[in-house]
Amino acid sequence: MIEMQEVSKTYPNGVNALSGINIHIEQGEFVYVVGTSGAGKSTFIKMMYREVRPSEGTISVNGINLSKLRLNKVPLLRRNIGVVFQDFKLLQNLSVYENVAFAMEVIEEQPAVIKRRVMETLELVGLKHKARMLPTELSGGEQQRVSIARSIVNAPKVVIADEPTGNLDPETSWEIMNIFEEINLRGTTIVMATHNKEIVNTIKHRVIAIEGGKIVRDEAKGEYGYES
Amino acid sequence: MTFASVSAVTVTLLLVGVFFVIMMNLNKMATTIEEDVEIRVHIDVAANEKDKDLLEEQISELGGIKSITYSSKEKELDNLIDSLGDKGDSFKLFEQDNPLNDVFIVKTKNPTDTIKAAEKIKKMNYVSSAKYGQGKVEKLFKVIKISRNVGMVLIVGLLFTAMFLISNTIKITIMARRREIEIMRLVGATNAFIRWPFFLEGLWLGILGSIVPIAAVSSAYYYLFDFIQAKLKDQEHFIQLIDFNPFVYQLSAVLLIMGAAIGIWGSLMSVRKFLKV
Repeated sequence: MIEMQEVSKTYPNGVNALSGINIHIEQGEFVYVVGTSGAGKSTFIKMMYREVRPSEGTISVNGINLSKLRLNKVPLLRRNIGVVFQDFKLLQNLSVYENVAFAMEVIEEQPAVIKRRVMETLELVGLKHKARMLPTELSGGEQQRVSIARSIVNAPKVVIADEPTGNLDPETSWEIMNIFEEINLRGTTIVMATHNKEIVNTIKHRVIAIEGGKIVRDEAKGEYGYES
Repeated sequence: MTFASVSAVTVTLLLVGVFFVIMMNLNKMATTIEEDVEIRVHIDVAANEKDKDLLEEQISELGGIKSITYSSKEKELDNLIDSLGDKGDSFKLFEQDNPLNDVFIVKTKNPTDTIKAAEKIKKMNYVSSAKYGQGKVEKLFKVIKISRNVGMVLIVGLLFTAMFLISNTIKITIMARRREIEIMRLVGATNAFIRWPFFLEGLWLGILGSIVPIAAVSSAYYYLFDFIQAKLKDQEHFIQLIDFNPFVYQLSAVLLIMGAAIGIWGSLMSVRKFLKV
């Protein structure tokens, strides 16, 4: 599903973000990526959807070798990967429905299919009744649910989430985690970078810990392992 | 932002339009002046009709000759008398014993070839002299050449300034929409899909921005043309503006195409930096 072999990343300013990374994530796995700020988590996550290219090593996602992926094929890769961010990245002038439909419009899906799939997905995240609202009229948790709906509306095999509960209160964070759990139960791989110790220690999954650009721990049903 | 972009196109195209009208008219005047340059070949009094025919043939064989007009010494005297008005009457005495020469008036296809042609004609048999306003013509050609070059440089400079200005204005608009572009890229939109709305927006901004300059320049030229032509109607030539029709329609088309082109160019150039992966 996702494989990294001897991956290293040095940015043009000389910062060595990652080195000697080797991982293998199976289809349907749920993986937490933990580590202190600046440890290299974001670079690790961004490499999976080809936002950042490795300086060395090979990465393969859904059987596609990202190191050899031509620039014009990157959009095709991203259509099979859902991405969720801490700051939601919603378009403020579009309604909830339009924000989710946007992900299907860019791949030029049929309007009837878009309508059906968007409403189904909004129902899954519990926002069908707020489809016409603007993001500014929603709470943080609801905005994150819209962002999740957008990431899964094209039924990707993998969803990558970069601190999705970072801006949310504990109660809302649990709601969001329940949605991720449900998505994972349907067979979608989830890779989530997080600082939330309680979530990692309560909903047990594989934990990859990164420190100083290296994987220092990789445990099935692991613990957060840091003081939050 | 849209207002700023349209204003930038409007202001720059207005400048381009006004400058274009001035340059085209100056060019027309320069061409008119250039076309007035001629070589007056004074034929030796000893030449008979056969010699004159031979000389005319030799001149026409020089290449690059547009026209050769024969003017007899009698006609030359009449012209002289006419040109002097009342004072010309005293020259009527010469009608009995005309001291003037028969003349070939030679024009070259390319006015700047006049000097070379005159030098060659001077060396021909039965040529008393070949005059073309030596000294003055060289200066005239130099002034015209410099003004044309300066005009070209200014127009090109103005166009680049326009592109820079529009590109920067649209860049500001696109900076405000970089989030939209970022999200489009994240959900797997191709670069062509992302560019398309910006292409249309640039085209639209360019066309919208060219409307005011087209209307302003066209109406201003309409009144200016009437005004100047009325003032100068007694003049035979020299200062003559380019006719309103079809010049203004051509100019409008140029401004419209230019507006659309720089609108699209500015838009696509600005969106480019956000499309790099």
